[in-house]
Amino acid sequence: MKDSSGHPAAGGRRVGGVLMEMRNITLRFGGVVAINDISFDIREGEIRAIIGPNGAGKSSMLNIVSGFYVPSEGQVLYRGRERPPMKPYEVARTGVARTFQNIALFEGMTVLDNVMTGRLTHMTAGIAAQALWWGRARAEEMAHREAVEKIIDFMEIQSIRKTPVGRLPYGLKKRVELARALAAEPSLLLLDEPMAGMNVEEKEDMSRFILDVNDEFGTTICLIEHDMGVVMDLSDRVVVMDYGRKIGDGTPDEVRRNQDVIDAYLGVPH
Amino acid sequence: MATQIPGGENPRSIPDLLVRNAARFAARPAYREKEFGIWQSWTWADAAREVEALALGLLGLGIARGDFVAIVGRNRPALYWSMMAVQSMGAVPVPLYQDAVGEEMAYVLDHCGAKVVIAGDQEQVDKILEIRDRLPGLREVVYLDARGMRKYDHAHLTPLADLQEAGRAAGEDARRELAARRGALGHDDTCVMLYTSGTTGKPKGVVLSNRNILETARASSEFDGLRETDEVLAYLPMAWVGDFIFSIGQACWTGFCVNCPESPDTMMTDLREIAPTYYFAPPRVFETALTQITIRMEDAGALKRRLFRHFMDHARRVGPAILDGRPVGLADRLRYRLGEALIYGPLKNALGFSRIRVGYTAGEAIGPEIFEFYRALGINLKQLYGQTEASVFITQQPDGEVRSDTVGVPSPGVELRIAESGEVFYRSPGVFVEYYKNAEATRDTKDAEGWVATGDAGFVEEESGHLRIIDRAKDVGRMADGALFAPKYVENKLKFYPSILEAVVFGAGRARCCAFINIDLTAVGNWAERSGIAYSSYQELAGHPRVLEMIRGHVEEVNAGVAEDEMLSGCQVHRFLVLHKELDADDGELTRTRKVRRKIIAEKYADLVEALYSGAVEVSTETEVTYEDGRKGRIRATLALCDAAVRPVAAPVREAAE
Repeated sequence: MKDSSGHPAAGGRRVGGVLMEMRNITLRFGGVVAINDISFDIREGEIRAIIGPNGAGKSSMLNIVSGFYVPSEGQVLYRGRERPPMKPYEVARTGVARTFQNIALFEGMTVLDNVMTGRLTHMTAGIAAQALWWGRARAEEMAHREAVEKIIDFMEIQSIRKTPVGRLPYGLKKRVELARALAAEPSLLLLDEPMAGMNVEEKEDMSRFILDVNDEFGTTICLIEHDMGVVMDLSDRVVVMDYGRKIGDGTPDEVRRNQDVIDAYLGVPH
Repeated sequence: MATQIPGGENPRSIPDLLVRNAARFAARPAYREKEFGIWQSWTWADAAREVEALALGLLGLGIARGDFVAIVGRNRPALYWSMMAVQSMGAVPVPLYQDAVGEEMAYVLDHCGAKVVIAGDQEQVDKILEIRDRLPGLREVVYLDARGMRKYDHAHLTPLADLQEAGRAAGEDARRELAARRGALGHDDTCVMLYTSGTTGKPKGVVLSNRNILETARASSEFDGLRETDEVLAYLPMAWVGDFIFSIGQACWTGFCVNCPESPDTMMTDLREIAPTYYFAPPRVFETALTQITIRMEDAGALKRRLFRHFMDHARRVGPAILDGRPVGLADRLRYRLGEALIYGPLKNALGFSRIRVGYTAGEAIGPEIFEFYRALGINLKQLYGQTEASVFITQQPDGEVRSDTVGVPSPGVELRIAESGEVFYRSPGVFVEYYKNAEATRDTKDAEGWVATGDAGFVEEESGHLRIIDRAKDVGRMADGALFAPKYVENKLKFYPSILEAVVFGAGRARCCAFINIDLTAVGNWAERSGIAYSSYQELAGHPRVLEMIRGHVEEVNAGVAEDEMLSGCQVHRFLVLHKELDADDGELTRTRKVRRKIIAEKYADLVEALYSGAVEVSTETEVTYEDGRKGRIRATLALCDAAVRPVAAPVREAAE
């Protein structure tokens, strides 16, 4: 699966150079050390997973990648340059999009409108022109709607296009959230526990969508998950965290054989 | 009958009609498909160009005259064009059921020796690739939707778009070859081969000629006055003969527009947006819609509910008469008008039925109150009786002669004969050529004079000339005491209850009848919610004492009805059980068109049948189930066996009670 060479039509996905690099990241909340001197990188076009038991610091790490937290120590390099502290919306403009562990959609709005909000960073028309739906704003909205419709088609949510999100079951909401993140056409997509609370069938569906996104759009994906089975099937490389430290990093097979990882997951007699 | 189609150049094949339509209806819409939230449309001229490019592309794959090309996927314009492209080059399209598992496809593809398969999407391609090793004749797999297949080995896998591109760039030689092949098509060449799902044994390939399809399309279009402004929604399986006749035969003959839904899940929304003027649906669809309306009306406010009841009562009384043009008093007419404005119109609009001129249902018996409901709303819903072997039409109901218990008069050009045994025979221009590579089965079904056995038992009503079907001829049997046993007759009565999805009655050669019941999860689930019954699974709901009690009530009511019919009063159900799983086509219990496979069910659940006859009060069983992805699992259950009261048999065949 990792070898995409051979066929000429395999154009969507190509694992390339380093897109983002975390160098000696430490994050402290007062006296608590949430992340302790962690380094790893995310390569262009790959699916990179961060795993670890509860409280390992995964979500904090993702929040650093997304720019929501500023690390106490260490550097974040994005496209080879050090990223200064930024507001989340500024990070979004650099091509990073995310989904949340506890779904953060606009419950009263339709699926279509929710996904449209993902296009916000690409909109340029002023608020008055948008309100009057006039001139450039009109042409712009039509172009955005087209982009959004392609994503709706891709995520197979046509039948709920006009349904308010609040009426949808959990598994579908997760899918809508992914659709909204995709609408931003991110170069780096962050998924915070995309399978949390799903049944086996929903997990299989979500896995397929994640693989298809990576395959079709060549989007780099960084995801957090604590379901080991899913992660191992899905990712190209895995970072394993425990108590704020990195205890493993490599392909799923390497990680699976790593004694520290086995200990962290199965526990060791003290 | 005023036909819109002057004979003109005497079309002899579907490709001929396409060429004619491209000229005559050049700017009229031929196909629409909702994609990216918008209805995309193609005119007849566009469609002809698309088909031409596809045919030229397929020519490049080295398909010879008479070769078979399989097509599998959901209803999409490109797949309909594929069928026509295959026809244009003198080859034979074989549409397959898209929900068939790999194993079933392997049999069919091997049987016809398909050279190429045109698949809709990854799901279908995966199934074909899985069985490819067993299909030496298969040269190429062509796919429509590329999603998820980037990494596939493309050695013998081609996107349909590439094929069409190659076709557009084709040289003069290829174009001449195509024109020659298309020109050589005659009335007796094969138009399509359709595999019947069949309630028993392996599927059979029904060969239909251009004559069969064109004659049938002409006669049936004239019968209902179909015209080029009509609209249909193509949502039933492409492998089913009905879809072939409606979406290709009649569409090409009359030039009406075929609309394809965006996805299977959006069918209801798409139906509403298109509001077809000509519509076909199996009874199940009408039943489901009515169940939903009923449920939603119960949730509505008191005023709305009262309005609905009031006007529906009025509609039931005078609606069908108004529809049939029979005399109705002025006051009633005015009240019906008011109802139209307040209730019927909005309801029809919500269902997508506001423009229906001609609606048909067939395949199974439809409950009289369901049928009457739609007719009362002013929807011209009629019944027809047909078969793949007849190119659909055997009998159909003319406007103004519609009843729920008959299937109509012989279609134009059809002759009917009832055999001694009660089996219905017919002869018509639509009668199939043969079963492919199965001369024996052809002989068993069609005699030298062209009479075809339907396999159904029925009779023609003296006064009206309408045909009435009782049951499958082979299922009509005798009970131990010699009384007539017609299981389907009883099953249909049971299935008219919204809470009963499926029923299977046993009793041939026995002293008494017993039944398996499948509950309808939507209806019963809703009822349970209303009655405060908690359940966590289908199985638990199916075994709930109050559900059993309700079903017992239904069975006893049916018994009362059956007892009134002298000939069939022996078919009352003495004992029944509610099955712990839904009967499923994936488990081989239903055909792909959702007809009960009686024999298979009797074998598979032999322990349950025996338990019913043994008089036990409950039985434990274990059943194998097949999941959608083809994996198998087992479920265990303990089922209660219930008694139902029966009416004394009024007929003289009364035997001493056991």
